[in-house]
Amino acid sequence: MIIDRAFVLKIAFGVLLFACGAVLSAVLDNYYLQVGTTLAMLCSLCWAWNIVGGYMGYPALCMISFFGIGAYAGGIAQAAGLPETFAWLVAAGVGLLFALLLGVPLLRLKGHYFAVGTIASVEVLREVANNWEQLTGGAIGLNLPIHAGSPDEVGRFFYLAMLGLAFLAFLITAVVDRTKFGFGLRCIRQNEQAASMVGIDVFKYKVGAFVLTGVLGAATGAIYASMVAFIEPKDAFNLIMTIEIPVMVMLGGMGTIFGPLIGGVSYVILKEFVWAYFINWHSGLLGLIVVTVIYFLPVGVLGLTWRDIFKKFGASRSTTSVASDIARSAS
Amino acid sequence: MTRATAPVLELKSVSRLFEGIRAVDNVSLKLYAGEIVGLIGPNGAGKTTLVNLISGFLSVSSGDVIFDGVSITRKKPHSIAQSGIARTFQIVQPFARMTVLENVMAGAIYAGHRRMVQARDKAVECLEFTKLAHLKDMPASELALANRKRLELAKSLAMSPRVLMLDEVNAGLNSSEIDEAIQMIRSIAATGITIVVIEHLMRVVTALAERTVVMHHGAVASEGPTDEVMKDPKVIEAYLGNKFAQRFAETSGVPVARPA
Amino acid sequence: MISQYIVNGLLTGGLYACLAVGFSLVWGVLNVVNMLHGSMVVLGAYFCLYGVQQLGLPLYAVAPVACLILFVFGYAIQRGLLNRVITQPILITLTLTFGLDLIVNNLVIHVFSATPQSLVTNFGTVEFAGVRVPVVRVSGMLVAVILTLVLYWLLRHSKIGRAIIAVRMDRHAAALMGIRIPHIYALTFGIGAFMAGAAGCAMALIYPVTPMMSGVFLGKAFVICVLGGLGSVPGAIIGGLVLGVVEGLGTLTLGQQWATSVGFIMMMAVIVLFPTGIMGKKGYE
Repeated sequence: MIIDRAFVLKIAFGVLLFACGAVLSAVLDNYYLQVGTTLAMLCSLCWAWNIVGGYMGYPALCMISFFGIGAYAGGIAQAAGLPETFAWLVAAGVGLLFALLLGVPLLRLKGHYFAVGTIASVEVLREVANNWEQLTGGAIGLNLPIHAGSPDEVGRFFYLAMLGLAFLAFLITAVVDRTKFGFGLRCIRQNEQAASMVGIDVFKYKVGAFVLTGVLGAATGAIYASMVAFIEPKDAFNLIMTIEIPVMVMLGGMGTIFGPLIGGVSYVILKEFVWAYFINWHSGLLGLIVVTVIYFLPVGVLGLTWRDIFKKFGASRSTTSVASDIARSAS
Repeated sequence: MTRATAPVLELKSVSRLFEGIRAVDNVSLKLYAGEIVGLIGPNGAGKTTLVNLISGFLSVSSGDVIFDGVSITRKKPHSIAQSGIARTFQIVQPFARMTVLENVMAGAIYAGHRRMVQARDKAVECLEFTKLAHLKDMPASELALANRKRLELAKSLAMSPRVLMLDEVNAGLNSSEIDEAIQMIRSIAATGITIVVIEHLMRVVTALAERTVVMHHGAVASEGPTDEVMKDPKVIEAYLGNKFAQRFAETSGVPVARPA
Repeated sequence: MISQYIVNGLLTGGLYACLAVGFSLVWGVLNVVNMLHGSMVVLGAYFCLYGVQQLGLPLYAVAPVACLILFVFGYAIQRGLLNRVITQPILITLTLTFGLDLIVNNLVIHVFSATPQSLVTNFGTVEFAGVRVPVVRVSGMLVAVILTLVLYWLLRHSKIGRAIIAVRMDRHAAALMGIRIPHIYALTFGIGAFMAGAAGCAMALIYPVTPMMSGVFLGKAFVICVLGGLGSVPGAIIGGLVLGVVEGLGTLTLGQQWATSVGFIMMMAVIVLFPTGIMGKKGYE
């Protein structure tokens, strides 16, 4: 790992942020705790997706498959009598296995077929959840044992649990960003053949990234299921959310440490605003937000560098640098 | 020419078929440590295909590729790169959105088996060697052609290879750039790396290679000390056709086979 | 009786072919996964419903108009919005069309209301070889198939059609030949919308239509594209027929609720085993 000042500052900032979040749990009332929990959940999913979609550049639209599988795995484990946190670990394990099962065949494909394969996994899982009544309770849904305690205590517990998971996702992202693994993912994103020729075991890296994404996604789903104490197929495998996550990360900046956070927070704020004032048009306005983000900010807030902004306003830096290069080599 | 030491890279009857066409036809070769070998032949002779086969980019249809006594025929490209064989591409493909430094680091980290910090130092070293250090923070996509070729070279060096295959590294360069390149390649060979130079520019081959292999229609047409190979009538025929070879033979008195 | 299910499957399959052919063409030529497609089908159905029920016009007059409106809509969307991002990676174009779909879907719910409506009429049934089929279904399927075949003929034999195929094969070479790429793209998208509308009109005759159906139609279009290959009309026809029959047999053996899942599972199997489709045509990345 290359640990320089910028990186230490980033980590410190993140730790501070999460510490504040944890401390706030003592003073916030239940409504804000809920909002915070949802925020932490979405940021978790965004950080998870960012690994395979941002750093590695593979358009995975199966975030919700991982989420749903984690929710059901955790839910079924809990309904069978396992203690909560243990059930979450089981769910993470199931997420790992599922990511392997889905990833190994799909990661051989590129672009469109990969994306379609991942979308298909969402549909297939939802149908399976709908129909396999003995295991999942079918369309009626699955009830989980409710976490004991007063509403405030329960709210605080899940807030801290989600926050903790989000923090874990943040740390994992920071580590991935700085190590050989993340560097390799970036190489793969730009040119898989060149990456292979430089010594990167491309398939292993792809599967590794996919599994990391899957485990985090599944863990998030498991905590969510325990929190709401009830899951049904159309919630757990919601197609809209599987597209919202990449949009959030795109908004904030793909392949960056803080992009998922910025994107998640901005999107939630926008969405709350829309929900509050335009409830009848909420899905349409959501669509409008998506279209605007894609259209005007395809690299996200953090993806814009000074160079890009500078380019938009005139002098092309590339021509000047080539010119000076020619001048230098002629001397 | 027999040697006492074992070859560092050996090809045994390597062939590659593309739906019936023998792109590489029963090629057997031995490369020894520290030598510079030229690989020449007309377009379509199979030179790049041979490099692709050695580096694992393409799979071998039949035959064996042996590196340091170990067969690498079935190995994947990344594994071969990690073992110590590097190659450049004719059409340079850098990691466009990464900086020059990061591009070279990529070679140093994975095939070069280094941690990130050491990789960065090694990358700077390689960039200084190829005279690109002043451009290290520039995005690779903005490099001019000559510098892109140097970047390929730097990246390959960072991989700390034992065998380095240079595929037309000088195509598109002007005369003084070629001279610089020749110097660079000489210095690389001085460190003990075995180099294969694929070239169409004969002056590069004569300047660098002690030994040259000539390919034609996928097979080895001729092999031997460079100056002898250059005068071989079969080689002249391969490049310039039968008529010219005959005229050359008439003027220089070297016998040439008559067409059947 | 299995033959009844198979014939039903084939009839539905013909309809599915028309449903998917526009989607497949857009994917194959523009390299865009059009998440709006399902909503365009629904729009076609609603325009028909509106024309027949509110304006009292006969169906054969309303349907072509509905399809033309959709053509214009599709052309405008592509030329105005999608064209700017057409060279971007799939994630960008897919989420863009997804966002548009959310907008259109919301509008449809508000303008046309979410209660199911239909033009289902009963012209009796036809019987042959022990199999019963409602006349309406047969005519719906025939119209759909005829339109698809006309499209196929146009692609092969008209100047514009061949331009579209050229762009599908090699965009840059086509541009060098003087083909105006943005216009061809927009035209193709418009044709996709047109066929979606036509499928919608046919669907309206047979099933009750709600805005929620857009997701179902899109899903089926996906499956058919993967089965039949991208940008290929024969592929869409074969894919549609196969899906129709497989769904029918799935209903017979596993029950109604598994019918859709069987389609998706089959699609996943095909993606993994034959990425270029059962037909083996060159797939697109």
